[in-house]
Amino acid sequence: MSHDEYQIHKAKILTPSFWVLLTLTVIGFALIGVRFIWGIGAVSNLSDGYPWGIWITYDVATGTAIACGGYAVAILIYIRNKMHYHPLIRSAVLTSLFGYGLAGFSVMVDVGRPWNAYNFFVPSQWQANSAMFEVALCVMAYTTVLAIEFLPAVLTRLQETNWSRARAFLEKYHGRFGLDTPVVLEKLEKLRQRAVWLQPKLDKVLIFVIVLGITLPTMHQSSLGSLLLIASTKLHPLWHTGFLPLLFLINCMFIGYSIAILESVISSFGFKRPFEIEQLSGLASITPYLTTIWLCVVVGDLIWRGQVGNALRFDFYSAFFLLEFGLVASGSLLLFSKKRRQSPRWLFITAVLIVLGGALYRFNVYLIGFNPGQGWRYFPSLAELLITVGIVAFEILGYQVLVKLFPVLPRLHGHEVVEKA
Amino acid sequence: MSTKSSRREFLKLAGLAGAGLVTAPAMALAGHPVAGANDEELGMLYDATKCVGCKACMSACKRVNGDYGSLAYEQAKFDPDKLWDAPQDLTGSTRTLIKLVKDTPKEWSYVKYSCMHCQKPSCVSVCPVSAMTKDKITGIVDYNKNTCIGCRYCQIACAFNIPKFQWEKAIPQIVKCDLCKNTNLKQKGISACAEVCPTGAIMFGKRKDLLAEAKKRLAEHPKQYVNHIYGEHELGGTNHLYLAALQFKKLGLPELKSEAPAEFSEKIQHTIYKGFIAPVALYSTLCFIAVRNMKKGSAHTDEQKKNSDGGDQ
Repeated sequence: MSHDEYQIHKAKILTPSFWVLLTLTVIGFALIGVRFIWGIGAVSNLSDGYPWGIWITYDVATGTAIACGGYAVAILIYIRNKMHYHPLIRSAVLTSLFGYGLAGFSVMVDVGRPWNAYNFFVPSQWQANSAMFEVALCVMAYTTVLAIEFLPAVLTRLQETNWSRARAFLEKYHGRFGLDTPVVLEKLEKLRQRAVWLQPKLDKVLIFVIVLGITLPTMHQSSLGSLLLIASTKLHPLWHTGFLPLLFLINCMFIGYSIAILESVISSFGFKRPFEIEQLSGLASITPYLTTIWLCVVVGDLIWRGQVGNALRFDFYSAFFLLEFGLVASGSLLLFSKKRRQSPRWLFITAVLIVLGGALYRFNVYLIGFNPGQGWRYFPSLAELLITVGIVAFEILGYQVLVKLFPVLPRLHGHEVVEKA
Repeated sequence: MSTKSSRREFLKLAGLAGAGLVTAPAMALAGHPVAGANDEELGMLYDATKCVGCKACMSACKRVNGDYGSLAYEQAKFDPDKLWDAPQDLTGSTRTLIKLVKDTPKEWSYVKYSCMHCQKPSCVSVCPVSAMTKDKITGIVDYNKNTCIGCRYCQIACAFNIPKFQWEKAIPQIVKCDLCKNTNLKQKGISACAEVCPTGAIMFGKRKDLLAEAKKRLAEHPKQYVNHIYGEHELGGTNHLYLAALQFKKLGLPELKSEAPAEFSEKIQHTIYKGFIAPVALYSTLCFIAVRNMKKGSAHTDEQKKNSDGGDQ
């Protein structure tokens, strides 16, 4: 559990993909500016019939599930006691931090009167009947928890730094911007000392924060399902069930493990590092069991409510249901083979299938299966989509940059040997 | 009995202590039991057979509530001179609306749309910051823009699609009928639409009187009406009641069960979160397991290290 399980990915930050992502981010954020000046109607196709569109469906309901890698891996490590997955946790926590932080950010873009959000902290305004209240508080709390969970990476970096870049910067701009080199350096040194002081103390209590980081998503991921319980007349009966909270909870877990696999495979590929096959196949052996439970609850619930006919009608709703079901089922079926679990290619393919299926489930519940009646229609506008793309781009951008600044990725033991030799 | 309840009290207290601040208000707010409909609440009876579609109610609503609900006049596409207020539907500037619904070329009916003021309103149940409230005495479902965060969950929740949002404004709000709570009702004791209605199609009063009147009309003129008081039982009862000659479904009033959706969702939410015991129990259990695993894990790695060190030497 020592901190030298991680390393900084030493590579150039300003890569071509950096510029592409930055452009998308800038476009997205410019459109967010438009939204705040001319209203939500100016950039979106949202309406009184479809008051929640792609922002809530993707950025919040689906995005936070995709950001559950940190949650899923933490359960595995600390609760199921598989400590050898530990090297995976930091990158998982970092993506979770981005996912949740930006979900919170896009909520602020989506809500009409964000300046009133302080009411969440005014006890007299609390409304415990509202699943939204629970989701909001838990998501805020969990984002804070994730930031604390990521703190060790920052602290380690601070302790090891000799401020070479800062020194270079100061020497270049000495005297300008009111920068006095010795004073600034003294302050930086104090910061370093504080990091040295804080790290061991944080290590002692970190486990309680981590467990909080397992409790909170368990609560709000199920509540994300509860949000649609009230829409009994609007949500299609294929998806409207009292089991929504349970289905959302299991759903976020199998998405979480699959995302942890995807993330590792993609960053190994992108950063040209060896694949962490052993750990990934271990993760991949868990997902089919979770998906099987999920699929059983879905089918059992449909039978119990007499909705199997609806599911097999092959109309619009049935098609989306079968697609969601088929993606999750095929992904997990493929994973039951041990041979496939050892192949990066198959790990990637199955994880994609399961993530797509799991995400489609959330789209079905929040958007596709939602029908307010009276001829309301919704398809996201280009600007609306670009805002979401911008936020996702910012997420990937941040991940790319931060793994190059802080020790996040698992240390490559093989390379060490080479260096020593 | 007493030991049981005291044990429950103890568990509640334990939950409270564990969860700290979050719990007390959550428990106080959670699960107030809902008995049958409260017929002392205020409401309106709209009799579609008496309505002549003059829309006096619509303009009175805008005139009276203009400042309060920022009810702007709406411009229609065919009206470049901005001469008419021509809303097509309830919107962010229209709280009530009269429509003419044709069944056959010879059979038609007017219908008035506005907030139904449910006995157990979904919008109140889902609002995370108590911006939607139901007055305990009058039963008016009211909206407070000063606490609203604009999440629009009320719109998702309302089976009648009543709360409307001002999509085109940088500082938007939710717009819905509040029975002239702060305007006409306060000054004159009656909602503006009911006050100006020239034919008596809108009757204002306590729910019990409205129900009695509706039943009387149904009994006296059974052939004139569909034998159903819309709102008597729909979603656990609404304070806005309807009589009509056409099927209510054709008038755009959905066929609904007599159980309020909020009963269903709150039951599940409360089963999970009752007294905050489950989350606290979950956290404590997980802490116990995690700390034990950590200790085991570190002992294990220490041993491994020793072994491997020994092997090296």
